[in-house]
Amino acid sequence: MKARVRKKRLDRGIKARTDTIFLVASWKDILYVLMPRALPVLILLLIPLFLGHYENKVLFHACVYGLLALSFDFLANCGLFSLGQSFFFGVGCYFVGIYDKFLQIPIYLSIPFSAISTGVVCAALLSPVVRLRGVYFAMITLILPMLLMKLVEATGVMGGSHGMPGIKGFPNEEVGVYLGIITFLFLIFFLRRLMGSDYGLVLRAIKEDDRSVMSSAINIYWYKVQAIFIAACIGGFAGAITTHHFQFLGMSSFALDYSILPIAATALGGQGTFAGAALGSMILVPLSELLRELGGLRMALYCGILVSCILLLPEGLFHFLSRRYHQFQVEAKVE
Amino acid sequence: MSLLIYGLIQSITLALYAVGFSLVYGVSGIANFSHGAIYILSGYLIWAGLNLLNFPYALSFLMAICLTGFLGFSFYWILLYRVRGIPLAELVVTFASGVAILELMTWAGFSGIRYSLPPVVFGSVEVFDVSLDYQRLMVLGTGIFLVLGLYLFVHHTRIGLAFRAMAQSERTALSIGIESDWVGSLSMALGSAVSAVSAVAILPLGIMEPTIGYEVLIYALAVAIVGGLESTPGMVAGGFVIGYGQLITAKFFGPKWMIIVPLLIIILVLAVKPSGIFGKMKELEERV
Amino acid sequence: MAEVLLEVKGLVKRFGGVIATNNISFQIQRGDFLGIIGPNGSGKTTLVNLITGFVKPTEGKVFFKGTDITGLMPYKIADLGISRTFQMPRLFYHMPAFKNLIIPLKSTRVKKILGGDYGERDDMAIDLLDDMGFERDSMVPFKETGNLPHGYLKRLDLARALALRPELLILDELFSGMSMSEVAGTLPIIERLVMEGMTIVMIEHRLKELFRVAKKVMVLNFGEKIMEGTPQEIMADRRVREAYLGVETEEESLE
Repeated sequence: MKARVRKKRLDRGIKARTDTIFLVASWKDILYVLMPRALPVLILLLIPLFLGHYENKVLFHACVYGLLALSFDFLANCGLFSLGQSFFFGVGCYFVGIYDKFLQIPIYLSIPFSAISTGVVCAALLSPVVRLRGVYFAMITLILPMLLMKLVEATGVMGGSHGMPGIKGFPNEEVGVYLGIITFLFLIFFLRRLMGSDYGLVLRAIKEDDRSVMSSAINIYWYKVQAIFIAACIGGFAGAITTHHFQFLGMSSFALDYSILPIAATALGGQGTFAGAALGSMILVPLSELLRELGGLRMALYCGILVSCILLLPEGLFHFLSRRYHQFQVEAKVE
Repeated sequence: MSLLIYGLIQSITLALYAVGFSLVYGVSGIANFSHGAIYILSGYLIWAGLNLLNFPYALSFLMAICLTGFLGFSFYWILLYRVRGIPLAELVVTFASGVAILELMTWAGFSGIRYSLPPVVFGSVEVFDVSLDYQRLMVLGTGIFLVLGLYLFVHHTRIGLAFRAMAQSERTALSIGIESDWVGSLSMALGSAVSAVSAVAILPLGIMEPTIGYEVLIYALAVAIVGGLESTPGMVAGGFVIGYGQLITAKFFGPKWMIIVPLLIIILVLAVKPSGIFGKMKELEERV
Repeated sequence: MAEVLLEVKGLVKRFGGVIATNNISFQIQRGDFLGIIGPNGSGKTTLVNLITGFVKPTEGKVFFKGTDITGLMPYKIADLGISRTFQMPRLFYHMPAFKNLIIPLKSTRVKKILGGDYGERDDMAIDLLDDMGFERDSMVPFKETGNLPHGYLKRLDLARALALRPELLILDELFSGMSMSEVAGTLPIIERLVMEGMTIVMIEHRLKELFRVAKKVMVLNFGEKIMEGTPQEIMADRRVREAYLGVETEEESLE
């Protein structure tokens, strides 16, 4: 009778060593821990110097979508499933239109103002929804950007369907690209730290069992509103820097693209780790550029990737890779 | 007077957009965001039956209903089956599939004047000085039929009650022998078939293009939000509030402002009664 | 005359056609220990849910320290000082045990009571668990919650309720599912709380242990309060026996 085997996963020796203080005992151990974190940071910080104008644009887009993906992942970690990241993105863009064109505020102020304004407005609009079932949040975030796009089209506000050119730009292109990269990298680490802190613990607990958290005298709805505020600020920031970088404001800011791709990126990379969302966007955005000729088919492709990842690789690429990095697999006989 | 009648038609149209979605959600708890895609797809299936297979209208319609129902059914088993119960995954899978279908159709170029359905019934009638074509009357009739049918099915038939038991408490229902997956797939099939019925009433009033799928989804969700999810009277109320709101706005402010109405009403609803006109704030009493 | 801490007046809850609680009224004074007993389905847990705000009453009122708390949100009621455990422990199974206590320690109530910055929440949590019998030296507080045996989980739930520094503690079937030794280990904690002056409401099926600590016991049956008294009075009462064991029918008594 053939013996049955199963996969057994064990931590690599180096992982077990580096989990404790013995980490500092050898260069190899230090590199093992540092490299996965430092390498992407270094690459992202140095690569714009070597890339041309077109590639830097793609890189910029990747960071912007990455920010939206991080924002989505953050909300998902709190139990809020946003099908409309383009809502935050678009509102941020249009606040830039207000601050830049009508109030003539300089760029280094309009970006933070837009981000915060987006946070306030979106959190206020969405706050009645946090008391309702989770599906409501998805529904509202889904239709709000669609309706806002139609609003812009119908009223012709700030250029309507033609858009509004002439937004002030960055002093030079590199500033825009680096602003995107640095914020992106910063937020990956910041959000991870946040979720690991006591505050993040409460948010994760709310996702897992909000009744229980309520019986511990915590106002879960206020925490959810705060989470929306943070996520909306990030999305609004992404919209603000995009509008300034391309010096154009249009109703395409509310496009479905900005909602779907972050979700696809997070599903691909693995929801929950932020690094997964970042990895996913770094893969999908350049991929999407390469497939430019396919036009509208790309959207169908993102959706296909999204669905396949959810069905076939639910843990995501990042978990898969980190598992291979930290553990090795053996076959063990089933007794 | 014409305002009254056209408002009625618009309201019933919106309710028809929403009925497929409401059915699936109310009965199985699945929020099917591919609802719009299925709606417009059924329209294209009817068109294909009429123009590619040269079937008569009735046969094309029947074929579309069956195919769409089957599509909804298999959609469940292929995609939703594996992610049932994980809220994020369910939403995203239905949404992404819907978008994929719509974008594929757009890319394949299925829009333009040749893609339109002829009216099911020709001719018109004078009602209270307002000329109404029969197709619009058909919308009215279909709407009343489907809404009443939905209400009776969900509240008064054994199957409907079984479905709802499933949606409310899976474990209890399982322990008395009602299987969650069959309920889920059958309700998806039914919801999709119902969408096909709505489609045949409404689509002949204009030309077909894939973006209608997005519009239908927006309106279905708007009606559900305004009227209250899970409530058939809510669906009707939502349709009427938005429908009449749109017609009144069109008359006094101009038709281009019509699209603002759902947005404003939603914001109003959120501010005053977030769960919708007939929505029940059951949130807290569940899962204790 | 001790302060009336909790007052329940005519509490009625109907779920559709089912009457879960029917006109229940009682009072608890500070320092009391009220046991609530009754057969399954008699409305005990619904009563707790009504008091703690998880379920809104159809009729009736609940007063805590003189304030009307009927229909308030559960977190507001917890903030005022009522804490509870759950029949099935509602804990967070994917984190170390002590992290479960961080949640109540982060509430505004605890911040107010301990005044501003009160040091490391982690240390406080581990101290609290140590008091509960989670031996710090054996690293028990650090074990993943999902890996702990049932008795520990129930004590963890209790610790979570106590971390809130409540004035009224409601225990919903704390001893259910515990082995004799686990009960023997938990009872001293309850007795110590009584000595420290905590007001406790305890729903229990294990009558022997309950009667040891409770001064007053209330009996529910089919949503109604059928009796309230000392443990001795309860044990002697015919109605209570009938509620638990059923009424003798003619045929049986002929045997």
